[in-house]
Amino acid sequence: MIRARVLVSSDPVSLSRGAEALKLALEAELAFYGLEDEVQVGFAGQLGRQDALPMVAVYPEGVNYGPVRVEDVPYLVQEHLYKGRVVEHLRAAPEALTGPLARLPGREGALYAQRRVVLRRAGAIDPTSIEDYIAQDGYFALGKALTEMTPAQVLEEVKQSGLQGRGGAGFPAGLKWSFVAREKGPVKYVVCNADESEPGTFKDRLIIEGDPHAVLEGMALAGYAIGASEGYIYIRGEYELARERLDQAIRQAEELGLLGEHIMGSDFSFHIHTHSGAGAYVCGEETALLDSLEGKRGIPRVRPPYPAAKGFRNRPSLVNNVETLANVPPIILHGAAWFRTIGTPRSPGTKVYTMLGDVNITGLVETPMGTTLREIVEVYGGGMKGGKAFKCAQTGGTSGSIIPASMLDVPMDFASMAEQGASLGSGALLICGDDTCIVDLMFVLLRFFKAESCGKCVPCRLGTTRIVEILEQLRHGQAKPEDLAQLEQLALSMQTLSFCGLGQAAAVPILTGLRHFKAEIEAHLQHQCPAGVCQFQTLKPAAPAPRRIAMGVR
Amino acid sequence: MGEVEMSHVQTLVERHHADPEALVEILRELNQQSGYLTRETIVAVAEALRLPVSQVFSVASFYSMISLAPVGRHVIRFCEDAPCHMVGGRQVWQALEAALGIKFGETTPDGEWTLLPTSCIGLCAVGPVMMVDNDVYGNLTPEKVPEILARYAGGAQ
Repeated sequence: MIRARVLVSSDPVSLSRGAEALKLALEAELAFYGLEDEVQVGFAGQLGRQDALPMVAVYPEGVNYGPVRVEDVPYLVQEHLYKGRVVEHLRAAPEALTGPLARLPGREGALYAQRRVVLRRAGAIDPTSIEDYIAQDGYFALGKALTEMTPAQVLEEVKQSGLQGRGGAGFPAGLKWSFVAREKGPVKYVVCNADESEPGTFKDRLIIEGDPHAVLEGMALAGYAIGASEGYIYIRGEYELARERLDQAIRQAEELGLLGEHIMGSDFSFHIHTHSGAGAYVCGEETALLDSLEGKRGIPRVRPPYPAAKGFRNRPSLVNNVETLANVPPIILHGAAWFRTIGTPRSPGTKVYTMLGDVNITGLVETPMGTTLREIVEVYGGGMKGGKAFKCAQTGGTSGSIIPASMLDVPMDFASMAEQGASLGSGALLICGDDTCIVDLMFVLLRFFKAESCGKCVPCRLGTTRIVEILEQLRHGQAKPEDLAQLEQLALSMQTLSFCGLGQAAAVPILTGLRHFKAEIEAHLQHQCPAGVCQFQTLKPAAPAPRRIAMGVR
Repeated sequence: MGEVEMSHVQTLVERHHADPEALVEILRELNQQSGYLTRETIVAVAEALRLPVSQVFSVASFYSMISLAPVGRHVIRFCEDAPCHMVGGRQVWQALEAALGIKFGETTPDGEWTLLPTSCIGLCAVGPVMMVDNDVYGNLTPEKVPEILARYAGGAQ
């Protein structure tokens, strides 16, 4: 009889600080008191802010301790798990509970309930245990689909749900599925895009690290619906822990017959493979991803043909983002009508955001689509940091729009944002206070794109370089009025002429910055930086530092 | 290239069933083991996978986690993308250059340190962030830099 569960945070930071030794110490100490059958110890994903890691959460009470050292374990076990007394001095400070995974259920100070669909298990189950996942309705949706539904019905359910791709573009997922479903087989692929490289975005990492089976189940459901029997997860090279979690989860699911041949005794077979990238932002673009998956340089392909017709290995392929796929099991389990009760009519469901910058609480939040930026900043972000005034936000990561305070009350869903000329993108929210300089911000953003442009097409390759030069001159008061006109012209050219989404999106922060903050940018021509960030000394002759890690002959 | 490395390339390639689709992963794993890829390694991989050397080189030179030049004993990868920049990344960047006496992209003359910029590594909630080899450090300030570097001095790790 299990009466309590103890979860140890196991994100990369916690692991580097000895989370594994901590778990072993907890198990040994529990065995000393003969509690090993009553108290179960497991790993969780990231539980709190870095200064409180590694953290230990004790359920069902929902008490969070952190940072916990191995030396603390004997007292902690004796007091809390043997005698039932909370050890106050080891408790994590309330503000420490606001880290990368903001406000778990049962946390002290959890004032506002988030509506959790995608993250409902992350941090509350042991991601290395398939039993934990199954105990929380895991693989029930797959079971329901295989026993009660035809592939067409599964596809229809996803269509009816109105689920949109969560990778950034918001394309209707059901429609994308139907494009692949209508292609003739026999070989089709489901590809999960876990190449999360958008600066400021780490939702997919935490979904995978905290609940890897949800992604696998979503992929299997997609495979069933479109008639694919193989799935590939392309995961960025930097996410080593996430890949380990996925590999382990795949093995566990195959052992139980939940993946592999004849799943649950049905005629449906589905195998999932993982594949690591090696560092290239452009591989998040789906056709570049497919090339990289085939062992080549990640260069975007000409479209059409779209991946739905000729994708991985030139076969019909469905490419979906991690968060999109993680939404599928609950949709199949609870139905499209249920899913549509969350969010807005045009964008049902929730969105996972990574909130960063000048807010008191940074980290991951999941809220219904249509939540306004003001609510997210004020409620989930705990307001602006240090009494700063809100100046602007960049939504959707580095390729997202810079939006001013006047847009704080726009409902955040794909359609409403698009109507305002902004993008929801990947869900990164960079909140900037009034001490942020727009020119400096744009410079940092475009420096990233200059480094990550794959070089295939001229508008992106030269456009990013030239824009960085102009912004560098602006920052140092060396730009001329005509440079501003050229800045806009370059950005427009990139937006309209770039080969793939990378170059097109790189123009977005420039164009939206110019639209909303033109006066501030123009002030830099007069050697004035209203935010007081730019130093107008002479430009150093040295070029900005190279951004590529590869140092080969080019 | 020594016998050991050659047989190592062979083993790794065989583990991936000599599948050219695994080229990116093979190169990355080799790079993880030795810090960078030599010309000989590139040629050995090409032969083992029956691919043109030019293609292997082309792929190796494309990805940022694969290096074609020697690196120091410890490699620092520091992120200065917007979310980290917003929370003081610039100052940490300067502190790193000052502490090591080199610019980004360079290696210290004693071969101890290589200082590299990296694109976002997805730990933005605790920015500014850097990786020293495989260890992650977040919430960086200029003051923390010398202390962290000292942990790696003198044979440790």
